[in-house]
Amino acid sequence: MLKIDRLSLSRGDRVLFSGLSLSLSAGELLHVRGANGCGKTSLLEALAGLRRVASGVIRTQPDPLPLHWIGHRNALSASLSPLQNLEFWAGLHGADAAAADAALAAVGLKPAVRKRAVRSLSAGQKRRCALARLLLQVRALWLLDEPLDGLDADGIALMADLLRAHLDGGGLVVMTSHQMLPAALPGVRELALDRLGSS
Amino acid sequence: MRALVAVMCRELRLAARARSDWLMPPFFLLVVVTVFGFGAEPNDPRLSAFAPAILWVASLLAALLTLERLFRADYEDGTLEQMMLAPLPLYLSAAGKLIAHWVLTGLPLVLLSAPLGVALGLDGADVRVLVAGLALGTPCISAIGGFVAALTVGLPRAGLLLPVLVLPLIVPVVIFGAGAVRSAQQGLPVDAPLYFLAAILAVCLTLVPWVLSAALRNAVD
Repeated sequence: MLKIDRLSLSRGDRVLFSGLSLSLSAGELLHVRGANGCGKTSLLEALAGLRRVASGVIRTQPDPLPLHWIGHRNALSASLSPLQNLEFWAGLHGADAAAADAALAAVGLKPAVRKRAVRSLSAGQKRRCALARLLLQVRALWLLDEPLDGLDADGIALMADLLRAHLDGGGLVVMTSHQMLPAALPGVRELALDRLGSS
Repeated sequence: MRALVAVMCRELRLAARARSDWLMPPFFLLVVVTVFGFGAEPNDPRLSAFAPAILWVASLLAALLTLERLFRADYEDGTLEQMMLAPLPLYLSAAGKLIAHWVLTGLPLVLLSAPLGVALGLDGADVRVLVAGLALGTPCISAIGGFVAALTVGLPRAGLLLPVLVLPLIVPVVIFGAGAVRSAQQGLPVDAPLYFLAAILAVCLTLVPWVLSAALRNAVD
């Protein structure tokens, strides 16, 4: 469970938004929308604990709630292969190294692509590689910042399957996206961040 | 422990693909010492007197060459954010990166210093003290330099700022390291300066990973 109470975020002197209160239960997806610069990424960063909040409280149950964070940047070393990148993340998360190859296969990266340097991959392939981190270890909360960026139709369908499986398993998702969400996802709630008070 | 090994293995894999990064410091040390040799008169006895300072300062500057990149790529590609959210505490990830930095940068300098010391006229006993001092001092350079690299990782043109901030902090290491070799040259005991170096290293090992991780969090926030 995720509960946000009267949350305000600012960047420098500018208040991004204030007075955000909501709660998210298991199996629910919060789709955060809004114009550029309204604070969507900052909200996700605050939920991940990467950004200080100006005021308000973020509570989770259990505390801390294990989470996966997929930001704008893919967190991939360009000179390493997708497999080497994922093996590193598997090691860091205490997951089995074999899980890295399985995760890359699950996001549709072919064996030959898994062994090429990341710098030679397309934007969509890099995004799939980043999304494969979600499969390394089961974590209740997924924080996804524009996860559909760069994905083709197959990639978006794949992402929908991943989200559906996670929500069906009782997971929580908070994601930003300027695109329409894949159809028939359970438990979707919308938040228009630019309609909240700010200055 | 497995996660810490994963951090170090990743650094070694990255280094294997960017050979110039870790070949540059020993090459720099070799060039600087060679140029000093050309600048002095042949068989000038003063060269061996200045050898401790030459080798220590050149090693310090060589190690500085790679420090700016220690966290830069991870900061820019989002890896640092992910490390902050990983189960392995950030100070251990930072410690893993520092250990890998020393293995790739400091250790080659320690090994190369022995033949270069002989070339500058140090005798066998002096070279042993030089190597022992650098073995204790170069991890301090990686640790203190890594802390400053973390402080400046979010700043533009940090490469210019980094040496200005690091060099004053490293002065005690150079004083005791070069001082140990001078003591050996004069036939004096070398225990005290080496113990001081070991004490500085102990302080670095116990404090730097924590303050460094705080600096990284501040840079990402």
